[in-house]
Amino acid sequence: MDVKTKEKIAFAMLLLATIIIITPVAFIIILLLVRGLPALSLDFIFGMPREGMRAGGIFPAIVGTLYLTLGTAVFSIPFGILAAIYLNEYAQRNWLTRGIELAIINLAGVPSIVYGLFGLGLFVTFLGFGASILAGSLTLAIMTLPVIITATREALSAVPWNFREVSFSLGASRWQTVRHVVLPNAIPGILTGTILGLSRAAGETAPILFTVAAFYLPRLPQSIYDQAMALPYHIYVLSTQVPNVSVKIQYGTVLVLVLMVFILNLAASLLRTHFRKRKTW
Amino acid sequence: MVKIQITNLNVWYEKQPALKNLNLGIYSNEILGVIGPSNSGKTSFLKTLNRLNELIIGSRTTGEALLDGESIFRIDKHLLRKRVGIVFALPLPLPLSIFDNVAYGPRMHGLKNLKKLKEIVEKSLRAAAIWDEVKDRLKTNAFKLSGGQQQRLCIARTLAVEPEVILYDEPCSGLDPISTLKIEEAMQELKKNYTQILVTNNVKQAARVSDRTAFFLMGCLIEIGDTKQIFTVPQDKRTDDYVTGRFG
Amino acid sequence: MNKFIEHRIENLIFLSGIASIVFVVLIFIFLLKEGLSLFSGTNPIAFLFGRNWYPISDPPQFGILPLILGSLLVTFGAIVIAVPLGLAAAIYVAEVAPTWLRDILKSGIELLAAIPSIVLGFIGIVTLAPFLKNLFNLPSGLTALAGSIMLAFMAMPTIVSIIEDSIVSVPKNYKEGSLALGATRWQTIYRVILPAASSGILAAVMLGIGRVIGETMAVLMITGNAAVIPTSILQPVRTLTATIAAEMGEAVAGSGHYYALFAIGIILFIISFIINLLADFFLHRKKQRA
Repeated sequence: MDVKTKEKIAFAMLLLATIIIITPVAFIIILLLVRGLPALSLDFIFGMPREGMRAGGIFPAIVGTLYLTLGTAVFSIPFGILAAIYLNEYAQRNWLTRGIELAIINLAGVPSIVYGLFGLGLFVTFLGFGASILAGSLTLAIMTLPVIITATREALSAVPWNFREVSFSLGASRWQTVRHVVLPNAIPGILTGTILGLSRAAGETAPILFTVAAFYLPRLPQSIYDQAMALPYHIYVLSTQVPNVSVKIQYGTVLVLVLMVFILNLAASLLRTHFRKRKTW
Repeated sequence: MVKIQITNLNVWYEKQPALKNLNLGIYSNEILGVIGPSNSGKTSFLKTLNRLNELIIGSRTTGEALLDGESIFRIDKHLLRKRVGIVFALPLPLPLSIFDNVAYGPRMHGLKNLKKLKEIVEKSLRAAAIWDEVKDRLKTNAFKLSGGQQQRLCIARTLAVEPEVILYDEPCSGLDPISTLKIEEAMQELKKNYTQILVTNNVKQAARVSDRTAFFLMGCLIEIGDTKQIFTVPQDKRTDDYVTGRFG
Repeated sequence: MNKFIEHRIENLIFLSGIASIVFVVLIFIFLLKEGLSLFSGTNPIAFLFGRNWYPISDPPQFGILPLILGSLLVTFGAIVIAVPLGLAAAIYVAEVAPTWLRDILKSGIELLAAIPSIVLGFIGIVTLAPFLKNLFNLPSGLTALAGSIMLAFMAMPTIVSIIEDSIVSVPKNYKEGSLALGATRWQTIYRVILPAASSGILAAVMLGIGRVIGETMAVLMITGNAAVIPTSILQPVRTLTATIAAEMGEAVAGSGHYYALFAIGIILFIISFIINLLADFFLHRKKQRA
């Protein structure tokens, strides 16, 4: 068999492998749409669950997920951006910086259930917040921190070094340079990375298992110290704990979560393209 | 009158010497041309004078440089950079409007009054010989200007913080002859109020523009003197070889 | 006044910077705080190597060997599926695919990465498990194999993108040199490009392992939850992660069971720490070479 034939076969195998990976994605999307769309009605999205969640709507789960995502944003975004500013604009090349970078890599790799345990141990028990939106948001925020820091760092380093040198040469201080030259030009990248990080947080189940998620609440959460229902946990419960739930409701709930996540991802993508076009430099 | 007195100045980047034992004085209101082949330390020289070289990781400086008698290493570096401005080799506008580019420096130093800012912006753009070309479009983005215009904008930007010394790091490389001429004319006008140091790879430009010329080679100052003398009867053979083009 | 505020802001920046280290340490401390309490009653060796996980029997037995083996089996299966496929796809996308197709494929893989793991777990229960059940004639499709397959798909975006990055950062002149000598594109790929990208490939494998070992919900839903030592991949198993998720709800705070679950958390934390360190080491080596 000559080399050219070998190459043709090899390339065909590579294509096959790629198809094997991509096809299920298409399959999943189509399956969700076909089985889940019929469930989507105004009552489903805005109604409360009835009959032990076998009928009615999933509004409290949607609201819970929105609250948790908001809480995650509030706690993780400011500190994530500031930490990235430290690493990219202030930190020297020394052991401390390396240590911080390693810590971020580790935080990114910690299993989500371990975050759940941590949240249980620190926020729910030790600090006494109880299972609450507060505890859940804080837990999700720490989990999302590495994503935000990494995305922000990339956005900051994409700002050309020259801009900083010009600013310093005019006598501006380091913080002035960051605040007036670097940050404004990094906002698009920061925004994109942040939205992607939040969309991941919205879909997480394990960290909220013991820190906030409730099986069934008769009313919407009233304060950050309340427990809440959440879409990922709701999916888990519907598909494993509650017998005789109609397939339509299961798929509908899954579809709603997937749509939320996809809309956030799409927003991030569109922002990225929009700002890339408007870039003057 | 000596504006800057440099004594035994040495600069290393990551243990590699960039400037070796530099000793010279720079007179007020003169244009000092600095010539020499690449890597002779000309840019390091400029960036040491306003301590911009401290931004480079691994840089080390010893020796002394006095600005009006005060050590530049003891003056707060942000104030030093206000007094000693620099124009870089490539036109580097900030991604802002023309007005905001020029107003950037004064704003960072605390000036907020819009009327005063407008005055300073106009004064600086006039001194950089570009006011007439941009006065009707101060709000447009600076990147829309041509290369030569951007560079004059950068000069205006440097002037806006009201420095005493202006450093030029090969400011006309990559510019067309007309823009180059405009910038050289502006420099002559600025002599009245500013001390200027012009680093240039173009030996003829130094001959045209500068009062005195200094020749650098591999981090050392080889010779410094009146421009006429350097270009006609240089004292060092290496200077002669360089200005006549035997090496470059 | 400005200087004062600026100083405060820069303090805040520094504190945010070291916050990551603080959190890692904090997580470890809290895991230890609860988990180490187990070892006042149970022998660490019995914990790590005990073959019986009966946390609610009387007296309870906290041997996690079946759980460790469950995690290892599922992980191994997932990596065996994901690495060859991911490597092949990365090569295809980076070197072989025409430009128009490349963007579509990359979008598709990004899409896969965006799907929450709970959704993949759900899809696995409703489609993959019944399929495997029929295919192999099993009492239930909820098995280690189902878990491995789902996890392989979860790990693939990570693996593909890191390997693709590595391939793309191999200096162009390596490739051009090989082609100029008359090698075919395929020969260039496996003789020149892949060896040059080997650090990145190793890093991708490590990160893939980390992703898989740490997955909780999908495995909880699809591997069958039998905490016994597995003898085949077509059996139900229980992983370390799924155990915590499944049982914490019932464990009484302060009981041996509660501490045991935290102790499992310690094990998971240490495993992911080591894996991430290794992955970073390989990625760093790649950067130094390039």
